[in-house]
Amino acid sequence: MPSLSVHAGGLELSNPILLAAGILGTTGASLCRAAKAGAGGVVTKSLGSLPREGHPGPTIVQVECGLLNAMGLPNPSYKDFQDEIDKARACGVPVIASIFGSFAAEFSQIARSLKADAFELNLSCPHAEKYGSELGRYPDLVESVTGAVKASSNVPVWVKLTPNTADIVELGLAAQRGGADGVVAINTLKAMAIDIETGYPILGNRFGGLSGPAIKPVAVRCVYELASRLEIPVIGVGGIAAWEDAIEMIMAGATAVQVGTALQRGYGVFEEITTGIARYLERKSLTLEELRGLAGRRGS
Amino acid sequence: MKPINCVIEGVRSEAPLIRTFRLEKNLDPAPGQYVMIWIRGVDEVPMSFSGPDTITVQSVGEATSALFGLGAGSTVGLRGPLGNGFVLQGKRILLIGGGVGTAPLAFLGEQAKEAGCEVASLLGFRSKDDLIFQDRFESLGETIITTDDGSLGIHGRAAAGLKELNLYDWDQIYLCGPEMMMWDIISRTREHAQKTQACINRYFKCAAGICGSCCLDPDGIRVCVEGPVIMADRLLESEFGRYRRGPTGGKGPCRG
Repeated sequence: MPSLSVHAGGLELSNPILLAAGILGTTGASLCRAAKAGAGGVVTKSLGSLPREGHPGPTIVQVECGLLNAMGLPNPSYKDFQDEIDKARACGVPVIASIFGSFAAEFSQIARSLKADAFELNLSCPHAEKYGSELGRYPDLVESVTGAVKASSNVPVWVKLTPNTADIVELGLAAQRGGADGVVAINTLKAMAIDIETGYPILGNRFGGLSGPAIKPVAVRCVYELASRLEIPVIGVGGIAAWEDAIEMIMAGATAVQVGTALQRGYGVFEEITTGIARYLERKSLTLEELRGLAGRRGS
Repeated sequence: MKPINCVIEGVRSEAPLIRTFRLEKNLDPAPGQYVMIWIRGVDEVPMSFSGPDTITVQSVGEATSALFGLGAGSTVGLRGPLGNGFVLQGKRILLIGGGVGTAPLAFLGEQAKEAGCEVASLLGFRSKDDLIFQDRFESLGETIITTDDGSLGIHGRAAAGLKELNLYDWDQIYLCGPEMMMWDIISRTREHAQKTQACINRYFKCAAGICGSCCLDPDGIRVCVEGPVIMADRLLESEFGRYRRGPTGGKGPCRG
């Protein structure tokens, strides 16, 4: 079998398929289960400085082409989460702590206090007031938050970018200037659904983020643009449900790929995707490195 | 799926804080399965079925008190039926329930009796005023009742009724109620854990197996999709009866 190991944004991964933030990342046990099911790394639920209960329900709506969610960053705060990270780290894959805040010092305080293999800065959640994309759509804030976390942490720092912007490359370049070791693209697309029986917005928060198959072409385009302009690695995420999707994302330029919504089918997706990639590489006599960014080298 | 619109056809008071809502739609649930009920403009919460087209609800918070404000003719949104319900095993079954947790057991017992099973029940309530579904259980077979205050039946919690039963007589045991009442039963009847199906409760947000808020330590069982009915032997060495996570994901004490 061809090797699937990659060096991605400062981490050595046994394979490039990671569990995305916000999916089954609330407990050490569920993160560990993803690791044992074959994930090359796992990202925790986003952690802030104070406990948050999140938005009222409904927190998800299944739509024709994907999933809408507005969980609202529920978390027990970073102060009550080290134990879960430690449990997950005992399961043999890198654990990336997703963190959020509303200003640079809040991010760096969390990064100083938590022990993880890397940090992923949530500058892209589209449905939490004062957090996520409310900062992450401004390149200068992306740069200053990234710089602050880099200065207070000695592990790799990834920046998760929002697609709810005119030019995601501007945001990626800002993360790079701030010293990021990698960017993660994309978070969900801001979206809503309305109950036509009554006119009520279905999500408790009215607005949420769209994930799943509907956003994969958007994610592929974002990864392609970022990979062609940035020096740092791009981790692709958005609508990856099968090995073919992962191959497409790697061809767009992704060094690693995260899987989220597809976990609705269960933990088996990791093994399905990694096995599919290995067979593909074997059939094509290609390495992951040769595959990465192939679309960009095919010219325009 | 998106929530489907459903008319509440009738509401019946069972006890001071417990009501049964009859739904216009029969979603063909298995006993032990649940439905996410969207009380529009308020919240979406999981509810167990007490019959093919009924849910029985105890008023405990904002969402349930909003639901109690809805009468016949009002509408709610529904997602379900969801999760894994009870599986009927054997010919002689024992139901052990506490409080409003007796609701899915009444539903299960009726299906079991229909299928030709012998059914007995051990039911615990706080006091005689909190008793629900006495007639439904008594028409299934032998029914032992306990009350915490001794106002009816055996004085004590449900486990106090265990001495009236020989658990080896029963092919399968079905359990649902407040967590500490269930833990009390499971921990006293360890040798029967492999034939005990427990319908448990955790904090559900997505009810789709992806957000992680209901995962049970130490194996990370996603209760919303792999449960809510779980074999008791998997609970014995778990967080069940020891702690539970709340809406933030932080650990807190178990109730009841």
